[in-house]
Amino acid sequence: MAKTQIALTVNGTAVEALVEPRTLLIHFLREQLNLTGPHIGCDTSHCGACTVDLDGKSVKSCTMFAVQADGADVLTIEGMAAPDGTLHALQEGFREMHGLQCGYCTPGMIMRGYRLLKENPNPSEDEIRFGISGNLCRCTGYQNIVKAIQFAAAKLSGASVKEAAE
Amino acid sequence: MNDMTPAQAERAEKLQGMGCKRKRVEDIRFVQGRGSYVDDLKLPGMLYGDFVRSPYGHARIKKIDASKAKAVPGVLAVLTAADLKPLSLHYMPTLAGDVQAVLAEEKVLYQNQEVAFIIAEDRYVAADAVELVTVEYEELPVIVDPFKAMAPDAPVLREDIKDKTDGAHGKRKHYNHIFAWEIGDKEATDQAFKKAEVTIKELISYQRVHPCPLETCQCVASFDKIKGELTVWGTFQAPHVIRTVASLISKIPEHKIHVIAPDIGGGFGNKVGAYPGYICAVVASIVTGRPVKWVEDRIENLSTTSFARDYHMTTEIAATKDGRVMGLRVHVLADHGAFDACADPSKWPAGFFNIVTGSYDFPVAHCAVDGVYSNKAPGGVAYRCSFRVTEAAYCIERAMDILAQKLGMDPADLRLKNLIKREQFPYQSALGWEYDSGDYHAAMNKAMESVGYRQLRAEQKAKQEAFKRGDTRELMGIGVIFFTEIVGAGPSRNCDILGIAMFDSAEIRIHPTGAVIARMGTKSQGQGHETTYAQIIATELGLPADDITIEEGNTDTAPYGLGTYGSRSTPTAGAATAMAARKIKAKAQMIAADLLEVSEYDLEWDIDRFRVKGNPERFKTMKELAWAAYNRVSKGLEPGLEAVNYYDPPNMTYPFGAYICVVDVDVDTGVTKVRRFYALDDCGTRINPMIIEGQVHGGLTEAYGIAMGQEIRYDEVGNVTGPTFMDYFLPTAVETPRWETDWTTTPSPHHPIGAKGVGESPNVGGVPCFANAVNDAFKFLGSTHIPMPHDHWRTWTAAEKLGLHG
Repeated sequence: MAKTQIALTVNGTAVEALVEPRTLLIHFLREQLNLTGPHIGCDTSHCGACTVDLDGKSVKSCTMFAVQADGADVLTIEGMAAPDGTLHALQEGFREMHGLQCGYCTPGMIMRGYRLLKENPNPSEDEIRFGISGNLCRCTGYQNIVKAIQFAAAKLSGASVKEAAE
Repeated sequence: MNDMTPAQAERAEKLQGMGCKRKRVEDIRFVQGRGSYVDDLKLPGMLYGDFVRSPYGHARIKKIDASKAKAVPGVLAVLTAADLKPLSLHYMPTLAGDVQAVLAEEKVLYQNQEVAFIIAEDRYVAADAVELVTVEYEELPVIVDPFKAMAPDAPVLREDIKDKTDGAHGKRKHYNHIFAWEIGDKEATDQAFKKAEVTIKELISYQRVHPCPLETCQCVASFDKIKGELTVWGTFQAPHVIRTVASLISKIPEHKIHVIAPDIGGGFGNKVGAYPGYICAVVASIVTGRPVKWVEDRIENLSTTSFARDYHMTTEIAATKDGRVMGLRVHVLADHGAFDACADPSKWPAGFFNIVTGSYDFPVAHCAVDGVYSNKAPGGVAYRCSFRVTEAAYCIERAMDILAQKLGMDPADLRLKNLIKREQFPYQSALGWEYDSGDYHAAMNKAMESVGYRQLRAEQKAKQEAFKRGDTRELMGIGVIFFTEIVGAGPSRNCDILGIAMFDSAEIRIHPTGAVIARMGTKSQGQGHETTYAQIIATELGLPADDITIEEGNTDTAPYGLGTYGSRSTPTAGAATAMAARKIKAKAQMIAADLLEVSEYDLEWDIDRFRVKGNPERFKTMKELAWAAYNRVSKGLEPGLEAVNYYDPPNMTYPFGAYICVVDVDVDTGVTKVRRFYALDDCGTRINPMIIEGQVHGGLTEAYGIAMGQEIRYDEVGNVTGPTFMDYFLPTAVETPRWETDWTTTPSPHHPIGAKGVGESPNVGGVPCFANAVNDAFKFLGSTHIPMPHDHWRTWTAAEKLGLHG
């Protein structure tokens, strides 16, 4: 199948690539760029395991063609930690508050949390629950994911964070 | 541990051993997107497989034409049953003693059954080719209602075994019958019912559901023709069993098969068995000489790779009029789908369903189960449950509520009256189990006090009066349950999978610097084994958990074990870990005695060291002893410091718990809000309270999904309706209730560290608790039993039937 050239920024790095017009963004990221952090859980835009940040929005990358990301600025879970390896507050929060178990939904959940906190730096519990309702988790029951995002919100705003998951 | 000096406490804390909320080791990679799941694997020259599936629930295959598909550039081959038959691979054995079609030969028996397997250069090309295979079918009548399976004129489903009168578990009663299983004293139970002052009888059905982990089933098979070796990476909860089965099926010697389960994105029972996709990927790799990846999509997952429940339980209790239970009688009709691919220990065709007497002191009981075929997907897996235990818990806990209603008793009081008493442990149940330990009344009383149970009942009474007056349209329901689980399968005397005893194993190697690598026969799918097994070793051996690496899932390196499901990891491999550590400790004690020039018997263990009794300044730490084991070999001892243990548990473990749930039901919309959910779990010794609580949260959420909405439904012609996330209910953060967790601790007397396992308890106890709460809301209006799932529509319908909509 004829391929189309695209140019975009992924995790701060300029990328040029040839893709089939029908290639989904998730497959482009995972298979051409080897960014296997975003996962595929449902193929129907319900589970959010494939969530990435694209031009300032949370996007389910299984529901977008790679050609549609031409010119976009994409951030995936692989771009969240600082270059020196320091974890982002959300990554730290998920570990501190036991916000993950199998880890499969985690990259999408963290990327959704990232945009949620940009939009609303100090969300209430209900706002967090609503804000992540496009991302499914089968392991945690969400309670500790909410705490993880609260941890990150506190840390990013300079407030004290809770010691550990109770 | 309470009499430790501050210095000792500091040393103990540094170990991060049992009982502490150690942060998870696995999270470091998962939060950075560096987990390594099957679909992340990319091998040079790798091909992709995809299935052509049946659109019909039951149909004869007249013709398969794959010529157009084969002509697509990038398609290497299309496999059908005709290709597999010469290899005797068109059928594969199931764990339940049946066979399952790998690719349908003459007919299809359920919708989405595998018919042909496309092998292509790219997953998009494979999907294109699937569309181009033409299959001519002749439709046949279907059976979707298990109660019609054994009708005299029912269509024959399994033509391959229609004349077989003996099944894997005895005589078959009908050509669509699989097995009959019976346990308990029928005569004595019948007598108890004859003499009973009060009896209840109800058909309690547990709908067909699916475990639905977020990652679907998938594998990569790679056959090396030169070496004659096969490597399979896959989503395997039991990698060693998969290797043995692969060897038996393929005739490739077991030592030339390497099975690797990398990180797994949730299992919940879905990833125990073997599926046609695995076999086809292996065959495709052998045929093409290239690695082949097979990844199922969500529809394929929900509609083909296993199911859970589909149990229809006619339940009777005999009791005295003051509420003492005298007998239990249960007949189960079990719908196993088109092939009996139930994942149970071999001798247990209905799993451990005979835990159905629950937590109550039934003097007699009788239970019979009939399994039947239907035009539905095969499976019958333990969805976050130890082999039909959640069916049993739902059955007895609903039945106890129905009995309480008939007696006019409070359901909690009925339970308190009949709970097995602390002094009765070890307790012999009427259906053959020996419950290891429990303090049920303490747990029940703690739960009731914690939620203010009597006050809730008073509030409910006031609300019911207000409803009758027409002051409110909301009903309040209180669900109360007490469950007993049976986990840790299991003792070799009664538990095996295809003849392999269900032990589990641990191998611990202490290196010269005191750093440790330990490997187990289990396989975590999110349970945090890398964290918790290290905590057991840290406490047993006095080495910091951070210096201990836990590895699982590679059959080349890990000792043989039966895998992770049925909450068995802690009771079996956790025990093996402690026992292997104790072998190492015994050797370390000999080395310490040699170094300190005293008798072994003059030494005592002190957190991370052996010290001379009465002279605590003379000691050798475990780290020093590790170095000595390699550096200065003691007389009469081999160098090195490692041990392996294969642990055959003497008994199952019996975790238990008391759950209470409060719901508010809007009778005009059917919307049910969970106001409160309190879960008290007793899982014996608690290895990591943070992980236990996380397991309880997750299990309760899955229970909420099952009780309130999940169902794999079939229409009358065998179409599976709604196998996507649009229809299959997975709770989001918005609907999911806030969980309150609590605990008591009653150690298992026969487990080396007293632990019982916890992962599945919240699902086993949670489902009946929600169901009892919804039923409790309508009880005062004369309703006896509203079946699950309690979605808004069904709840509204229940209200409609009671005439509540005017």
